[in-house]
Amino acid sequence: MHEFSIAVNIVEIATDYAGRENAKVVKEIEIEVGELSGVVVDALEFCMEAAVKDSILEGAETSISFVPGKARCNACSHEFEVHDFLTVCPSCNTPAPEVIEGRELRVKSLLVE
Amino acid sequence: MCDTCGCGQGKATILKPGEENSKNHGKTTHTHDGETHTHDHSHSHDHSHPRKVKIEQDVLGKNNLLAERNRGFFQAKNILALNLVSSPGSGKTSLLERTIKEKGKELTFFIIEGDQQTMNDANRIAKVGAPVVQVNTGEGCHLDADMVNRAVQRLEVADKAVLMIENVGNLVCPAMFDLGESSRVVIISTTEGEDKPLKYPYMFRSSNLCIINKTDLLPYLDFDVEKAREYALQINPDLKIIELSVKSGEGMDQWYDWLKQEMKD
Ligand SMILES: Nc1nc2c(ncn2[C@@H]2O[C@H](COP(=O)(O)OP(=O)(O)OP(=O)(O)O)[C@@H](O)[C@H]2O)c(=O)[nH]1
Ligand SMILES: [Mg+2]
Ligand SMILES: [Zn+2]
Ligand SMILES: [Zn+2]
Ligand SMILES: [Zn+2]
Ligand SMILES: [Zn+2]
Repeated sequence: MHEFSIAVNIVEIATDYAGRENAKVVKEIEIEVGELSGVVVDALEFCMEAAVKDSILEGAETSISFVPGKARCNACSHEFEVHDFLTVCPSCNTPAPEVIEGRELRVKSLLVE
Repeated sequence: MCDTCGCGQGKATILKPGEENSKNHGKTTHTHDGETHTHDHSHSHDHSHPRKVKIEQDVLGKNNLLAERNRGFFQAKNILALNLVSSPGSGKTSLLERTIKEKGKELTFFIIEGDQQTMNDANRIAKVGAPVVQVNTGEGCHLDADMVNRAVQRLEVADKAVLMIENVGNLVCPAMFDLGESSRVVIISTTEGEDKPLKYPYMFRSSNLCIINKTDLLPYLDFDVEKAREYALQINPDLKIIELSVKSGEGMDQWYDWLKQEMKD
């Protein structure tokens, strides 16, 4: 389950920032997950529950925002929605477009006190 | 995770063949001060107002940074570093054994073996005479840039060497963890389904070379090599594909040619 090691990384980043901010409590953590990031949102949510145990994030609300996949055709520059790596350009049929959105895997913010 | 002693999830052990795993103190109880505090909200202090801290940090940012550091080190020393990834049992260690036996005089090999448990693969490599360290990831299912960094220090990799990094047998998360390798080599074998590239697109998308191993078994199997090629190229049109059998030796020359070409670039 690679979402677990991702969750552990997220907790590490948050712990680091919370420490720098002298936070006593973290109330909420905002995470951004792209459709083509390789991470499944449900699995990450599940793993976060385990990964926050005994950390400053324990009890914090995890809010995950989903970024849909978007690609640009290398041949005709057409931009379109993608959900996988197999989609060909709907306008000229060129395969393997460049993914321009949806690879995000990012800790966006913390709500601390 | 435990910041006090560094044990638990994510901490790998790095050992040379013959070394005792003596520091394995397990995951039993010990107290952690610092991070772990119980906060029962029965206290009476004035609560400060919650404030939002912008972070905008890539979850894999730290790994990517370390990977770039590894890459810089490899480039400075003219080391060709290959990250070998596959499902369990596709023949990674066998490929390394044969390659070391056949090319060990022309090229200098250093090997990092990644497995969750056991020294087995490192022992196999040591037997054919290449310097090797074993990284045991424990519960971790992939190598990361920090483990490779520490393993490289233990190995004292020579200039102009070929560093082969055998990742943990898993096609999922090793795709996400850059090790700083020069090239990524994904191996599938004919005993697996030819739709592996479609099932694990991230890995095939991020690899430079795909080896289809165990071609000696093709007469006995339904594996469709052309289909496998087609699927792999659909995911990654730039992927170079080599069919070979580590067992019979058929096709190994194409692999050696590829290695030599990579050494030049
Ligand atoms: N028939 C045949 N068997 C092979 C070939 N290459 C490897 N094998 C066998 O496949 C099995 C697994 O090989 P390994 O080299 O241990 O595979 P691995 O990828 O290192 O496995 P893990 O490290 O456990 O993921 C062994 O029994 C090998 O003898 C081949 O070309 N043909
Ligand atoms: Mg092996
Ligand atoms: Zn197009
Ligand atoms: Zn500990
Ligand atoms: Zn409080
Ligand atoms: Zn993993």
